[in-house]
Amino acid sequence: MSTSTMPRQHATPPQTTASERRNAKRSRRFTGTFTVNALLVIGCAYMVLPVLWLFIASTKNTADLYGTGAYAFGQPAFLDNVAAVLGQDGGVFLRWMANSMFYAAFGAVFGGLISVMAGYAFDKFQFRGKDSFFGVVLVGVLIPNTATVLPMYLLASVFGITNTVWAILIPVLCNPFGVYLARVYSAAYVPGETLEAARVDGAGPIRSFFSLGLPMMMPGYVTIALFQFVGVWNNFMLPLVMLQDQKLLPVSVGISIWQGYSVPQPEFTPMVITGSLLSIVPLLLAFVMLQRFWKSGLSAGSVK
Amino acid sequence: MVTQETTANAGARQSARKQRSMSGTGGRTAALFLTPFFAVFTLAMVAPVVYSIVLSFFAQQKSGLGFGEAKTSFVGLENYLQVLQSESFVGGIGRLALYCLIYIPCMMGGALAFALLLDAGVARARKLFQLLVFLPHAVPGVIAALIWAYLYTPGVSPIVSVLESGGISLNFLDNHMILPSIVNISVWEWTGYNVIILFTALQAVSREVLEAARVDGAGEIRAAISIKLPLILPALSVIMLFTVIGTLQLFTEPSIIGKATASVTSTWVPNMWAYDAAFNRHNLNQAAAASIIIALLAAVLSWAVTRFSSRMNKA
Repeated sequence: MSTSTMPRQHATPPQTTASERRNAKRSRRFTGTFTVNALLVIGCAYMVLPVLWLFIASTKNTADLYGTGAYAFGQPAFLDNVAAVLGQDGGVFLRWMANSMFYAAFGAVFGGLISVMAGYAFDKFQFRGKDSFFGVVLVGVLIPNTATVLPMYLLASVFGITNTVWAILIPVLCNPFGVYLARVYSAAYVPGETLEAARVDGAGPIRSFFSLGLPMMMPGYVTIALFQFVGVWNNFMLPLVMLQDQKLLPVSVGISIWQGYSVPQPEFTPMVITGSLLSIVPLLLAFVMLQRFWKSGLSAGSVK
Repeated sequence: MVTQETTANAGARQSARKQRSMSGTGGRTAALFLTPFFAVFTLAMVAPVVYSIVLSFFAQQKSGLGFGEAKTSFVGLENYLQVLQSESFVGGIGRLALYCLIYIPCMMGGALAFALLLDAGVARARKLFQLLVFLPHAVPGVIAALIWAYLYTPGVSPIVSVLESGGISLNFLDNHMILPSIVNISVWEWTGYNVIILFTALQAVSREVLEAARVDGAGEIRAAISIKLPLILPALSVIMLFTVIGTLQLFTEPSIIGKATASVTSTWVPNMWAYDAAFNRHNLNQAAAASIIIALLAAVLSWAVTRFSSRMNKA
């Protein structure tokens, strides 16, 4: 595009006029626009093509998967693949999806609420030792999750709760980063005067939290819950370590077991691919529908 | 750091008790709101870490020939020494360090470049680009690793076949390529996430300042380097901190890729080493010691990054 305007400039006689300078400027701008957007498209292609490959691969049977081009379609086998995924081992895939949904929703709703309450308290109440309490929260943010998984397993086996849902449900309630975010949101969304007015009107702190603070912080709650949902849905090491019973597994671990089968038996491969696709659909939908929330969460997280 | 954490927590709890006994709304209501969080925090982080520290000082010892019941005895720092002297553990640390050296500049550089492009005045369809670039973050690590494992496998991979038609044969899963291949998966997963953070920070840069720079004759690139970049340093340092902590978590991707290639051993990175110690070698005490070492490493690194970035921000 830019090349078509450039030569014309060189062809014009050397008498530089104001309009010509404007032209030169416009063409440079044009080149800039083209370069910037082309680079953005390339960057996005890198992000999108692997997911697109998953979509296309899920429509192929084993023979076409190895026999046709990666981004070409073969015999339409999507429905067969889905049927194979759902039928394997008496429908265990749906069970895994339901488990993931349950663990993630539980962590999102209750873990989110616990974080919001704590963040609200850090922002709105005055108490002794506030800074050291918050320091403890920040230490929690900085400890990598995977470093605490084995310790959790060791402790959970003392209490005999490994291989039960509790081994997952208790850890997913703990979200120190959510507390940090909630404090930011509470400061931004809940004006102190409103709470003061409620107190003058005789509302206790718990009542004013649930009838005023929480509704005002609702966007923050949704954001924290969304991130917690994704975090739990994506978690791999915790359920891998804690659970042995196939019926309790989340879909992340379940798919990885199938992948293990597919190494010696390639006919499992379309199932692994189609199962992977089905397992990310809920997250893709959540992200597309809740764009406003994750964007605000990411910006709130990076302010000091 | 772990002991610091527990003493801080104990002290905090003590003062909470004091608060509760005091009259007045502040302390007592705060305790009411904070108790659920600190209860789960204690259960899910403090207690497991404390218990692991205790375990790490003991060992199961069998009598001479390995017959009879194992006895538990106090061995002091013996487990830590064994972990740190283990060639595979130290090798894992080295591999992780190399991974950091490649991953952090690639991911941070890519995210910064993409965010600056998105923020350039001439960028179009910003909302769509943001959504697309964020897409990989909606893909769980397990699935991301699976997708890339197929994209690396000859016969299925479009990348391998394109390269082959160009006369280049490259095995992404062999001993030399496996580390960059795993770096690529992480870059794919995390760049978009950080693009959004940096882009939001860039949008907060005052438009008047940029306009003034333009009037003074600074081009887009000049403005990006000497105005935008310094103003988003705080956001960059936050990202840096979380990236460093994130790299220590490396477990999912190599575990999944490891099923498709022998280049990834069962003790490839420290987290896998600890997992292997617990579930294949059945040495829980050593696994506990390894976990504590990883947590300490995270503590030291995040302290270093915070120190470094606060100095950067001051300068």
